[in-house]
Amino acid sequence: MGTSKFIEVQHAEMVFETKKGSFHALANVNLTVAQGEFITLIGHSGCGKSTLLNLLAGLSTATDGVLICAGREIAGPSPERAVVFQNHSLLPWLSCFQNVHLAVERVFGARESASRMRERTAAALALVGLSSASAKRPNEISGGMKQRVGIARALSMEPKVLLMDEPFGALDALTRAHLQDELLRIVAATGSTVVMVTHDVDEAVLLSDRIVMMSNGPAATIGNIVQVRLARPRVRLALSHDELYIEYRARVLEFLYERQARPVREAA
Amino acid sequence: MNATLESSTHSAAALPSTGGRAHQRPRSERLASQGVRFSKRKARMRGLALAVLPPLFGLALLVLAWHIIALRNPGIPTPRVTWDEALRLFSDPFYRKGPNDQGIGWNILASLKRVAVGFGMAAAAGIPLGFLIGRFKFLAGMFNPVISLLKPVSPLAWLPIGLLVFKAADPAAIWSIFICSIWPMIINTAAGVRRVPQDYMNVARVLNLSEWKVFTKILLPSVLPYMLTGVRLAIGTAWLVIVAAEMLTGGVGIGFWVWDEWNNLNVPHIIVAIGVIGVVGLVLEQALVALARSFTYEETGS
Repeated sequence: MGTSKFIEVQHAEMVFETKKGSFHALANVNLTVAQGEFITLIGHSGCGKSTLLNLLAGLSTATDGVLICAGREIAGPSPERAVVFQNHSLLPWLSCFQNVHLAVERVFGARESASRMRERTAAALALVGLSSASAKRPNEISGGMKQRVGIARALSMEPKVLLMDEPFGALDALTRAHLQDELLRIVAATGSTVVMVTHDVDEAVLLSDRIVMMSNGPAATIGNIVQVRLARPRVRLALSHDELYIEYRARVLEFLYERQARPVREAA
Repeated sequence: MNATLESSTHSAAALPSTGGRAHQRPRSERLASQGVRFSKRKARMRGLALAVLPPLFGLALLVLAWHIIALRNPGIPTPRVTWDEALRLFSDPFYRKGPNDQGIGWNILASLKRVAVGFGMAAAAGIPLGFLIGRFKFLAGMFNPVISLLKPVSPLAWLPIGLLVFKAADPAAIWSIFICSIWPMIINTAAGVRRVPQDYMNVARVLNLSEWKVFTKILLPSVLPYMLTGVRLAIGTAWLVIVAAEMLTGGVGIGFWVWDEWNNLNVPHIIVAIGVIGVVGLVLEQALVALARSFTYEETGS
């Protein structure tokens, strides 16, 4: 298992059969992700970013092509590829603790004691700074906190890969910035491999090792990849004046708004 | 007066967005939110009056209409006569003078017992079946035509089959309660299972939960409100059906009691029985509504 090819996507095709006929969502997608790498997928809405993420999660199956994670073909969803959903998807009848514990039990239930698993759950909540809210139900906490519980749930499984589908998309700008900083800290601490879908250019540059820019659909594919060579740990305020940061940002914007400018009929 | 009116029109214009929802709230509250101030006691009195008066007027109208009909129709007892009769009946609801002459309390309890048994068996069979039908497409395809075919059949049409199989009146009546309560429970449970949000099922898939965990942690809690709707519909129908079934089977029970009093030409008792049946049905329904409310979880928007 080479660490440089931890995740490998070869010639992935995705065709959806809809009532209006077949829709070619992804065409010939090729991508490799190294272990410990932070990748963001960016592109206009409808370009198939989430489709690609769902393929990696195993929630849907590629029409053609091969997807490999840690040397094994991705045949379905698995706790080793944890997903943080856009809408947090916490179960409203369970407390934050129970929501996380559900995942912990599933992954570690067979080999660890109950008290050890409770420790793991508490540790995951502590990692996202929510120890004090662990007894609360999801409807009693804010949107940002819910999303953090979602991240805690994903991290608690000690996944090989963390897949995030616009995890901060529904949050206000300040909360989003705060969670991005926390994510940087958490990823630095755990060394996770992350694939994250976003439509926020600053988020992409701040977080990523590489930014995968996708062309517009139908038959979307990877248009270009930007290697972000900014030293870590990254500090938001310092970066905003960093020349490299500004250049990366410009390159992504240029790709999105000049080369892949949204067709007028779609934008309307 | 002028000032309050003015303030109400002003803030109504300033807060157009609350208009849509505001219509469902009582008028006093709506006006209060628009800046009109009632004195607190006045507002409370008004709320109380609005809650109590209309139902009282409705009931009064019913009694009045009944009284007029009774005056023109000597066969029908007046409300006054019926009331006195009801007081007499309920002064001793639990007497026993042989199998065919028992207090109204025993009759109600006998009917409730039949409903409870038939209904309980229907829940025990129907809810799991509903889960299976909702969860597995194959079973849905298998059972849906059968359910569609049998659901519109009056439960009383099943009574002869019950008599034939069980060779006794009591199990036959329970059998028709079973038949009539099982359909709403199957259908609503299955609908609830189908409507479990895909997000929750995706969580289950990513966590790779066992079928048992999926059931206890995701399906059951999210289906519970639908299931309880089914239960509520079922108990309504069951209470309708028991009266008719008992008229046919005899024995002890509120339906039989109505029929018995008809044979005695004791019309006041029949009217008392109608009232009792209505009240018991209402209580059953309200109890289940309260139960359903306590199990309905708020959707968690982000």
